[in-house]
Amino acid sequence: MSPEVTEPTDRSIVVDSLGVGLATGAYGISFGAIGTASGLTVAQTCVLSLLMFSGASQFAFAGVVASGGNPLTGGVTAFLLGSRNMFYGLGMAPRLRVHGWRRLLAAHLVIDESTAMGVARESDRHARIGFYVTGTSIFVLWNLMTFVGALAGNALGDPRTYGLDAAVGAAFLALLWPRLTAWPQRVVAAIGALVAIGAVPLTPAGAPIIIGGAVAVVVGLWLTRRESEAEITDSLEHPAEPHHHGHGHHPDDPPDPSGAGDKETES
Amino acid sequence: MIWWGVIGASIACYGLKLAGLSVPDRVLEHPLTVRIAALIPVGLLGALVAVQVFATGQALAVDARVVGVGVAVVLLVARAPFLVVVGAAALAAALVRLL
Repeated sequence: MSPEVTEPTDRSIVVDSLGVGLATGAYGISFGAIGTASGLTVAQTCVLSLLMFSGASQFAFAGVVASGGNPLTGGVTAFLLGSRNMFYGLGMAPRLRVHGWRRLLAAHLVIDESTAMGVARESDRHARIGFYVTGTSIFVLWNLMTFVGALAGNALGDPRTYGLDAAVGAAFLALLWPRLTAWPQRVVAAIGALVAIGAVPLTPAGAPIIIGGAVAVVVGLWLTRRESEAEITDSLEHPAEPHHHGHGHHPDDPPDPSGAGDKETES
Repeated sequence: MIWWGVIGASIACYGLKLAGLSVPDRVLEHPLTVRIAALIPVGLLGALVAVQVFATGQALAVDARVVGVGVAVVLLVARAPFLVVVGAAALAAALVRLL
């Protein structure tokens, strides 16, 4: 579907996912340091990484506690920020199709990076590899580094010194890039970015991502609807042509939610 | 008291993740859900890139990250592999901060 991009293999997806896992997991050290600096104990800081396992929510909880807010306020803020993981789950569910105890385990790994590395894959197999390898590698390293950070504070240095924050942004962009093949997608991505930037000074950390994404999806639905009308008009003018799904004109618009071939990917 | 917040909020956050994965298949097969699911990654990735590059807490900042991601754009246009793009972005940002 994207002749300009080399077809990813199982191996290349594992390597890419581990790369994102390393870059992201290293940030656990900053959470560990901030957690203990906020007045949480080492145990509380580590339990947040183990059980909450959602960076923005964890930072928010620690931040509220540090600013003198009560744990209930901290918990509500973390919950609101974690709501985007529900939408990530919505995006990943048709790719993972997990049930029973496997779903209970998979749910814990639903975070920004695992979703980003999984949801954009062409096949369900690759989606699962990207999701599980990224999620698991981040979980292991995030918790390890949280513990180290909680003990050592900022003594071991800021991950930004190594440009890891820029690396995560570049990784998100590299995942987005192959999907910008047509104007509706470019418009949707640009609106997501602009609205998110506009929301940053006005809303707590994490919320701009939800707001930007939500506005972009609404605009995207409107754009798709317009094109659907054009396609319906087209099909009326050429009735001999088979009628596809109303939305099947996008290179990465899936014909069905579980279908392969709906997503393009990097590397 | 803080422990109650830690445990309660962790369970609530896990519940959100599980709820997202547990939406009935019937709902996922609805044409509108299909279109939304296709748009979510594009919109969210756009927002994630922007926030990751320009946000520092609740402040907006133009710093070394912009240089890193600028290098990433050049490499993406040149069709470089994923890890090269990511590694070069980190290196560029680290060098800018070193100067």
